[in-house]
Amino acid sequence: MSRDARPLVSIVSVEKHFGAFHALRGVSLDVAEGEVLCIIGASGSGKTTLLRCINQLAVPDSGAIWVAGELTGYRLAGERLHRLPEHEIARQRRATGMVFQRFNLFPHMTALENIIEGPLQVLGRDRASAVAEAKELLARVGLADKAGNYPANLSGGQQQRVAIARALAMHPQLMLFDEPTSALDPELVGEVLAVMKELAASGMTMIVVTHELAFAREVADRVVFMDHGAIVEAGSPAQVLGAPKEARTQAFLSAVIS
Amino acid sequence: MSRDLSPPAGSAEPEPPLIAAAFPDVSGCPVARQHHLGRWTAVVVMLVLLGLLGHAFAIGQIEWVFVGRFFFAPVILWGLLNTVVMAVAAMALGIALGILTAVMRLSPNPVLQATAMGYVWFFRGTPVMLQLLLWFNLALVFPAIGIPGLWEARTVDVMTPVMAALLGLGINQGAYTSEVIRAGMLSVDIGQYEAAKAIGMTRLTSLRRIIFPQAMRVILPPLGNEFIGLIKTTSLASIVQFAEILHNAQNIYYANSRVIELLIVAAIWYLIVVSILTPLQHLLEKRFSRGAGAHR
Ligand SMILES: Nc1ncnc2c1ncn2[C@@H]1O[C@H](COP(=O)(O)OP(=O)(O)OP(=O)(O)O)[C@@H](O)[C@H]1O
Ligand SMILES: [Mg+2]
Repeated sequence: MSRDARPLVSIVSVEKHFGAFHALRGVSLDVAEGEVLCIIGASGSGKTTLLRCINQLAVPDSGAIWVAGELTGYRLAGERLHRLPEHEIARQRRATGMVFQRFNLFPHMTALENIIEGPLQVLGRDRASAVAEAKELLARVGLADKAGNYPANLSGGQQQRVAIARALAMHPQLMLFDEPTSALDPELVGEVLAVMKELAASGMTMIVVTHELAFAREVADRVVFMDHGAIVEAGSPAQVLGAPKEARTQAFLSAVIS
Repeated sequence: MSRDLSPPAGSAEPEPPLIAAAFPDVSGCPVARQHHLGRWTAVVVMLVLLGLLGHAFAIGQIEWVFVGRFFFAPVILWGLLNTVVMAVAAMALGIALGILTAVMRLSPNPVLQATAMGYVWFFRGTPVMLQLLLWFNLALVFPAIGIPGLWEARTVDVMTPVMAALLGLGINQGAYTSEVIRAGMLSVDIGQYEAAKAIGMTRLTSLRRIIFPQAMRVILPPLGNEFIGLIKTTSLASIVQFAEILHNAQNIYYANSRVIELLIVAAIWYLIVVSILTPLQHLLEKRFSRGAGAHR
């Protein structure tokens, strides 16, 4: 099996402003297929904005983002970039699964219906096979018995695991996690991290924004520290978390750990 | 170090329970019946007022036999049917226009936004009676209408009372309904739009599958209100000779002068129609409360 030599995600000099506020300052980053990348950084450092740019919930002011071999959001034709039509952007997004801090399950649908919604409506799969696969996914995240529950009748940790299953049902090549455990009670964090660990072990490419340093240390292939919209330091977990070179990384880690 | 609150080890008798010492024990006391004095006063006042009202009507100049005689008169029933069918058709047109306008208004396209705002501005800003007259008299502006080369007709032939009433009421209703629908769409959490996008849905699919089903819970109560209002506004269409129930009731009393009796007939029919709608609305609301916690 030959892997594509090019990175699965390539972010090139991305800039993003919100009005006068400079949210991303020339961010460049490559993520290889099968890699698990953890992004850490203080609140407001641009971590969420970067994830949102990767799956086109936000549009960079300049720079380029390549996902799964395609330039996101644009078509290159004769030296010019043409903005893609909406349905093309929707198609590109399918390569990426996203898990939100606040779960964002569809409240009017059961756990099972949440998971089959994308396969049925977007991929045009037939119902029987979509349901069968959704049940497998529910079992995989440990919720085989909760298929008929509405989100309102699931705990936060269970909702987040359904959200992960919903994203996986689209067969993404890349999974984005934006602080997936930050909205959870402490005793529910472990069950979500366990699912993510299993996913990482299965070879899924993952970009995880997290404050769970123990998770980053154990699961990440690489850790990136962001501050004020820029990548300050990147390297192995042992290096970035254990022996940070940059003063700003050191300051952040000592503030978080103490 | 935390303080030790337990009695010192070795002390023979336990301390008496604190609460029993400080307050009387109420655990065995029965709860006395409440005297709803205000409620009973209100009942008496209402009964007296109702009695007076009933007496006034009894000695008033109302021939109740005429109410009974015209209640099921074919002309009245025909008018009732026209009222109900027109209200349903105009509401359907209003909802279709309302959805379209609300979606345009919330689209990122500024031209669509402005068009939607202009529509709402004009049709909410002028009286519906004036709009009915405008449609009815359209022939004064455009003697002929049609699609060049395909179809053409004289406006007076097309703009019948039914057509004028439908367009006048429906297009006016669309302007109000669009605001109700827009409010419902805005009530849905932004995270729902993003989650729908994140699984690769286009805007239209996410509206249909994710946003509208959730917005319905907010939309339905005011929409029911709008529909009940429209049933009664249908009576304005009598100005363009549309044969709704009030129009037909008037035609009868122009002939026989039983004005109040026929107005009572119409009033009772309006009340019956509106009363049937309320449980229907509850059924619809229940249908769209899927997944909402039991406390909602
Ligand atoms: N839509 C927006 N409009 C205006 N400002 C925004 C918007 N989105 C983000 N910002 C600003 O951009 C900055 C970066 O936000 P971002 O959410 O990416 O930070 P973050 O690193 O994810 O922080 P946190 O850890 O709190 O989630 C913040 O200062 C935020 O206020
Ligand atoms: Mg964030």
